[in-house]
Amino acid sequence: MINSLLWTPLVFGLIGLFLPRRLAGWWATLGTVATLGIAVSLVAGFDSGAPGMQDTVDVNWIPGLGVDYSLGLDGLNVFLVLLTAVLWTAGTAFAAFREQERPHLFFLMMLIGETATLGSFLAQDLLLFVLFFDLMLVPFYFLFGAWGSDREDGTTASAAMLKMIVYTLIGSLLMLVAAIATAIIAADGGHITFSIAELAKHPIGEGSQRWIFWFFAAAFLVKMPAFLLHGWMPDAYRAAPLPALAVFSGVLAKVGAYGFLRVVLPLFPAATVEFQEVILVIALASILYGSVMAFTQTNIRLVAGYSSVAQLGFITAGIFALSADGSDGAILQMVNHGLVVAPLFVIVAILVERSGTEDLREMGGMAMKAPVLAALFLIVTLATLAMPGSANFVGEFYILNGLFDSKIVFAIVAISGVAMSAYYALRLYQRTMHNRKPEELISREINWRDGAVLVPLVLCILGLALYPQLILKRTDPTVASTVAGVSGAEVKGPHVFTFQEYREGKR
Amino acid sequence: MNFHAPHIDYAALSPVLALAVGLCAVLLAGVFRPLKRSVPALTLITLATTAGLMIWRWDTPQDLVSGALRIDDLAISISLIAVLTAAFAVLFSIREPAAEQAGKGEYHALLLGSVLGMVLLAQAQNLVTFFVALETLSIPLYILCATNMRREKSLESGLKYLIVGSLGSATLLYGMAFLYGGTGSTDFSGIAQGIAQKGVLGDPLILVGIGMAAVGLAFKTSIAPFHQWTPDVYEGAPSPITSFMAVATKAAAFAVFIRFFDVALAPQASEWQPALAALAAISIVIGNVGALGQDSLKRLLGYSGIAQAGYILGGLVVASEAGINAIVFYLAAYAFMNLAAFAVVIARERETPYGDDIAAVRGLGAERPLLAWPLTISMLGLAGLPATAGFIGKLYLIEALVEGDYTWLAVFIAVGTMISLAYYLRVVAAMWMRPESGAVPAIAGASPEADPIDVEAGRRPYLVVPALLAAAAVVFFGVIPEPLVKFAEHAGASLF
Repeated sequence: MINSLLWTPLVFGLIGLFLPRRLAGWWATLGTVATLGIAVSLVAGFDSGAPGMQDTVDVNWIPGLGVDYSLGLDGLNVFLVLLTAVLWTAGTAFAAFREQERPHLFFLMMLIGETATLGSFLAQDLLLFVLFFDLMLVPFYFLFGAWGSDREDGTTASAAMLKMIVYTLIGSLLMLVAAIATAIIAADGGHITFSIAELAKHPIGEGSQRWIFWFFAAAFLVKMPAFLLHGWMPDAYRAAPLPALAVFSGVLAKVGAYGFLRVVLPLFPAATVEFQEVILVIALASILYGSVMAFTQTNIRLVAGYSSVAQLGFITAGIFALSADGSDGAILQMVNHGLVVAPLFVIVAILVERSGTEDLREMGGMAMKAPVLAALFLIVTLATLAMPGSANFVGEFYILNGLFDSKIVFAIVAISGVAMSAYYALRLYQRTMHNRKPEELISREINWRDGAVLVPLVLCILGLALYPQLILKRTDPTVASTVAGVSGAEVKGPHVFTFQEYREGKR
Repeated sequence: MNFHAPHIDYAALSPVLALAVGLCAVLLAGVFRPLKRSVPALTLITLATTAGLMIWRWDTPQDLVSGALRIDDLAISISLIAVLTAAFAVLFSIREPAAEQAGKGEYHALLLGSVLGMVLLAQAQNLVTFFVALETLSIPLYILCATNMRREKSLESGLKYLIVGSLGSATLLYGMAFLYGGTGSTDFSGIAQGIAQKGVLGDPLILVGIGMAAVGLAFKTSIAPFHQWTPDVYEGAPSPITSFMAVATKAAAFAVFIRFFDVALAPQASEWQPALAALAAISIVIGNVGALGQDSLKRLLGYSGIAQAGYILGGLVVASEAGINAIVFYLAAYAFMNLAAFAVVIARERETPYGDDIAAVRGLGAERPLLAWPLTISMLGLAGLPATAGFIGKLYLIEALVEGDYTWLAVFIAVGTMISLAYYLRVVAAMWMRPESGAVPAIAGASPEADPIDVEAGRRPYLVVPALLAAAAVVFFGVIPEPLVKFAEHAGASLF
């Protein structure tokens, strides 16, 4: 099951190469829908009470090097997998509705991207994780570079991509060395294994943890991107074709945050505790910097891009609160943010098509003639700013709750991020939907095609707002045991508190 | 005085003999006009026979000719890489102007001669056979580099290679003399015993000897700072020969590098390891930085080869079985990646007026996808991206390095790989993406004596099929590396 989930997109992509041009997009969409179906059935069959792996695959891949092809589904990744499947379906369908140059290649790359992303969420072998993590970059390099747009100031898409690749691979190649070092130190002359579960049982010495922690952290922080490591983001976001950017921003950024939960916390607990505050400072800096930049940008893509920086800062802060609440909130928020940022970019794409510009100052007045679009956008906006009642509110609440418990000073600073998100989200909405309409702007209602992409996504947001427990209930047992491994002092004895017990105040 | 002729095991020597016989046959066939057309086929048959005989000797290690040679899985695996590369080079040489000008028979016979040297070199475990084999390998290459006689650069390349190569050989020979003087033996095992008694630092003769031998080998494997000839020679030589040199010479020289350091000098590993590690690090930096500004694809591959030699040397530094496995795996992967790239470069060189300039592959993705894919896969593989054999190769090397306590060198490999992305991806971007801003050179690399253009070269099966095969191998061994891992493990196990 889990195997077919992983490989369905790739298989569809390869078959699609042999179909006529006009069918390529539809075939790819069919592939993503099939993947979504498998993902939904996996979530439906997921046992919400149990921590640990459910539905695993484990095959010796390169026995000579100790690398296994090992996949698994647990509370940490089950909803991220679902998110991937949902957003890819939306992004691919949106692209299929439009004319693409060289469609075969475009959709092949989209689907390779989906397989690679699913792979990095599912991998339970450290090296397999690194492999998929790096592989994610390749299709997006092509998508952004070959179908992206050059800027007027002469920055070409391929130059922007080079920057992105170098930035992200700096992190992930060091991560490769670090992963191998972890396994070899842990093996201590014995049989080498890269299995994350095995490695987590006997964490390596604290001295080694220190440097290895940073090699991993660098890779994940670049991917998010976090403050100071975000240099590739503005160029890449401005160059990227919007359907690809929607999934990129919606899902790939989350892989970095997920990596902390999957790899760093269980494998390097001592270093995690030691550097907790450093990472929290970076996270807060990302919140503040991302928000402030989102206030001031006039390019509509960059507003969304910098708001992602801020949101990912929030998620990182939640993880490094090192409490079950914080990490629960982080996972919920990862899904939430994916669900709002993807429709946001779809709307951005529609707006850019209508107005012919990406400059916020030249937009406005869209709501007059397009009330449905405006309504959908409003829901997305309110979710972005974490309006009470939205799942984002629940997510941020959990994150802040976790942070208050452990690091109150950081929590107080982080709260300002909530307020700031309201400002940039509303600014984006007002500048595009309200205000006076520029003369050259064509304002009309969205057609059924765009609606078919947007409405389901917005329904997901609404559904999650009504029932965030859907996620929390399933993630909490695993998250609690992951976090308990790090801050063992907080949870006394071998007993791990479940979410219910925690809520009932048994702690 | 009685002289006992050494026992000669003809069965184990059969690969070498087959090559020698084939070489003569090819040379003779080239003389007779009616047979001339069959020269490439005859060369391929010779190579196939050699490969077949070597596979027959797989897994039966034995000393030959009083221990002057040793045929084991290391020798065979390296020889197979050399033979495979030569076979590709023969295909690349079809319609190659250089082969026509030099005379087909001579050209192919020289190629086989060089392969013969490589096969011997991979088996050598005695200073004398080592040197003789090295010269058998090198001298044909000096000539082959200069076979494109109408192009000034080709002649320059041959001369440069001759001078620098001879310098390397002389240094090596001088070092060997010191080693013999210091230990009283020419056998690797005898040298090992001699050194064990005195220690490397105990006798300046030995120390100087080892140093000079290492420098000589570094010249052959194009390890910085003894690499200066590489880009020039690669650029000037006829492209099929460049592809052969880039892969096979490196493989063969690394085989003897392994035998010399990991067998003869293994007990003193801790004394030479830091020196070789430093060489590896320098190569990685110089190769990768040097490649950044290159517009000529052959020069780019030359510099990339220097960097890759640095990575491979890392496997030698740790002097462990895992290290040797990693070297053999990486050499095999490197062979496939480079051959795929060269097939495309050669096709475009014949097809466009741009020569080997990067402009020749501009827009290749739309124009000739069957050529663009192999070059793309090759570049991604050389850059070490996942799902290619290059990734597994780097993984293997890094694992060996970390295990051997050379984590800092592993970090160097990672850093070098990052730098390398800048130029590998430049080639990929040229094929698939809109051109970078800046004017396209009108016709770079072309000169009045340029070779005629063959507008169909990009469709010729003898270029497209090898390119696709090599690229498929890169992906295959990136996804299912186990067969190649087994192959490499055999090689490593034969020494330990």
